[in-house]
Amino acid sequence: MSSADIIKAQQGPATALKRMRTSLGRSLVKLMHEPLGLAGFVVIALLIIIAILAPLIAPYEPAAQDLNNALMPPSWANWAGTDEFGRDILSRLIYGARITIQIVLSVTVIIGPVGLVIGVVAGFFGGRTDSILMRFTDIMLSFPSLVLALAFAAALGAGLNTAVVAISLTAWPPIARLARAEALVVRNADYVAAARLYGASSWRLLLLYIAPMCVPSVVVRLTLSMAGIILTAAALGFLGLGAQPPTPEWGAMISSGRKFMLDDWWVAVMPGIAILITSLAFNIVGDTLRDLLDPRHARS
Amino acid sequence: MKDLSFQELAKRIAQLVVSLFFLLCITFVIGRVMPADPVGAIVGELADPAALAAMRAKLGLDLPIYQQFWIYITALLHGDLGMAILTGNPVAQDLKQAFPATFELATLAIIISTLIGVPLGMAAALFRDSLVDQIARVVSLVGHSIPVFWFGIVGLVIFYAGLNWVGGPGRVDVYFEGMVEPRTGLLLIDSLMAGEPEIFWNAVSHIILPACILAYSAMAYITRMTRSFTLEQLNQDYIIAARAKGASSSRIIIGHVLPNISVQLITILAISYGNLLEGAVVTEIVFSWPGIGQYMTNALMIGDMNAILASTVVIGFVFMLLNLLADIAYVLLDPRTREATQ
Repeated sequence: MSSADIIKAQQGPATALKRMRTSLGRSLVKLMHEPLGLAGFVVIALLIIIAILAPLIAPYEPAAQDLNNALMPPSWANWAGTDEFGRDILSRLIYGARITIQIVLSVTVIIGPVGLVIGVVAGFFGGRTDSILMRFTDIMLSFPSLVLALAFAAALGAGLNTAVVAISLTAWPPIARLARAEALVVRNADYVAAARLYGASSWRLLLLYIAPMCVPSVVVRLTLSMAGIILTAAALGFLGLGAQPPTPEWGAMISSGRKFMLDDWWVAVMPGIAILITSLAFNIVGDTLRDLLDPRHARS
Repeated sequence: MKDLSFQELAKRIAQLVVSLFFLLCITFVIGRVMPADPVGAIVGELADPAALAAMRAKLGLDLPIYQQFWIYITALLHGDLGMAILTGNPVAQDLKQAFPATFELATLAIIISTLIGVPLGMAAALFRDSLVDQIARVVSLVGHSIPVFWFGIVGLVIFYAGLNWVGGPGRVDVYFEGMVEPRTGLLLIDSLMAGEPEIFWNAVSHIILPACILAYSAMAYITRMTRSFTLEQLNQDYIIAARAKGASSSRIIIGHVLPNISVQLITILAISYGNLLEGAVVTEIVFSWPGIGQYMTNALMIGDMNAILASTVVIGFVFMLLNLLADIAYVLLDPRTREATQ
């Protein structure tokens, strides 16, 4: 923990929030000087806009088949070519952005709170609670996550929702570790001691005084996890365990394009470019956020 | 002091056993408890109740859950992983056949990624903010973001279909298949032992592309970590002293930095090796590589739980074993952790 964090923690939530706002402003100014980081933010913003406005942007219906136009290379009419059913690949990619965003958001909404609660409870109560929870976390961390997610998805049956559950089951441990480390520092802060003195219960301390202080770093860690979530989701889709056809999920699109890869490369290659750009953007944004908000990891 | 590091080792091994036990618990839960109707999956949904009950008894599903778990564990410890539906062989036998292919691929990949990643990371640290550093940054950023199965497809399209520089999917060309007696199961070594250079070079042309693709994803991590380890050392006083006495950059790197970061590097390499095994699962599909990954995914397609869970256990075990080796290397080799345990 840097001394700045400790000072922040000692001043209590209200001042800390104000400080956070000013430091957010400062970070925005700094961001303007990071062209790569800025580009990452722009790409993600675009992706979200594309996902929301998909029906307006997509030139064709994602499921509209046109067998006379099957497997056409990229052209002015179909910028990314067409697949084996003559569906426009670009339109499918645009609709696929919705699924990617949906998966990332669902997994984040699950693992963020779960990791936060497990980590904060372990860090705050310490002792046996801590050692049991952290042993469990470490064990989950020591498993190969993709293989475990595969086994989960196989048992639960293929589908978008089971993919989300399978990824979540293997993605929360790093969040819990981080939240615990933060909670360990915050729990000894003066304002927590003060709240304890005037009779706040343990759970009140935990939820209102400690957990909120751990949220910012958990959010940064979540951003860093998002690229991994996208890649795992795509791998599950590629193996046929994620969203099912005809859903235009990017990984599944690569899988069906693989059959034609040697003659009609664009069917498999185009969705991969979409995955690459998206996870690249999330990685860049995660790195940038970490550098901006956490001086300890500043790129030296 | 020696005793203490032995104690530390014993602790790590105990942790491995606990982790393994949990892995078995999880695979047991996945295999026996989660599927709504494991019996129906085997005999079909329309089977009559008597057949269902007979099958339940045969599978031991009428026993209490803890007894089922006990049977599962003891069978596993005897090397009995059940029968595979797909091949009709015992799963253990299938895995024994598939493992060398994965091992060969992952080992070649870790060698390639070490040979390129470590020097690249060091150069990036030595010439900070130079072109080399920027290249290393892009290489590792893209490596962290690229879907490895897609990269494999792109590689095949360019280097096999387009340029015809490498062999296509599979371990060798079809007409060479099964021509070498599998002594070690590692085709590169077997073909040399059998004195078949033609098959050896054919196998090389087949393995080189998947190995490079797999190596790239590991290289991203290795380069990044090597760079930060090296930077940390370069800021130390002893490096300044070495520079002051006129040592050249290459001498500083080889004589001073490398020995000091070697322990950290070993740890990183062991972790990367574990991750490679995981990456191999999807890479093998793209290259029709007959390893554990392909075996597992073929089993996934038809819902063959025995084969899926056994593959999970084997990959998980090797993965955890590599992590343990990394820890052991750290405890044994690093004087700082040795002192810390004192």
